Amino acid sequence: MSVASMIGQALVLFGTFFYVLSSLGLIRMPDVYNRMQTATKSATLGSLGVIIGTGIWAIGEVESMSWLPKTVVIAVFLLLTNPISAHTLIRAAYNKGIPLWEGSVVDKYKDARESLDRVEEIKELLQSNAQEEGER
Amino acid sequence: MNGLNIYLLLIAVATLLSMYRVFRGPTTVDRLVAVDIMTTITTGLMVLFALYYRRAIFLDVALVYAILAFVGVIAFARYMEGGL
Repeated sequence: MSVASMIGQALVLFGTFFYVLSSLGLIRMPDVYNRMQTATKSATLGSLGVIIGTGIWAIGEVESMSWLPKTVVIAVFLLLTNPISAHTLIRAAYNKGIPLWEGSVVDKYKDARESLDRVEEIKELLQSNAQEEGER
Repeated sequence: MNGLNIYLLLIAVATLLSMYRVFRGPTTVDRLVAVDIMTTITTGLMVLFALYYRRAIFLDVALVYAILAFVGVIAFARYMEGGL
């Protein structure tokens, strides 16, 4: 067994371990936001390990260097698109009105929305004041 | 190639555990999150199958599957939000 095979197998084992951890988090966590957070992070790391590890393993097993660039392309694509789909799903869940777990203590999205509303109110107040000044 | 069987077994365990959430999940978004994780796992599985059969052409299948799964999840999420 060559060195490339050993490094590749170690990376693939690392990645599959993180796959199991991510699906364990999917079962264990209390609400949809926590589940999405644990599962997406560890599944992305796990697929990086599995896919690039397969490319390195193929150098020793198939003895061809053409696998590694293709696997790097797939891994970079997953690394770019997984956070986007997770973000879109969670925003859909929030706008649909699914409540947070009762143990959650901070809701920054709600705070940001409230402060944006207050900015709008202050802008309207300033505009009406300016109009009164102009009439006088 | 004996080591490959262990990795395929671990991937099967992960897929079964996320299938539990697909069947159990209280809301629709829960099921959708589990399906998203399963598509990520399936992409890794397809890359491993390419090594199992020693055909580099199967890597392209994995790439196209990743693209289609991404578009599908985005479309479902926009539909749930009411924007589609």
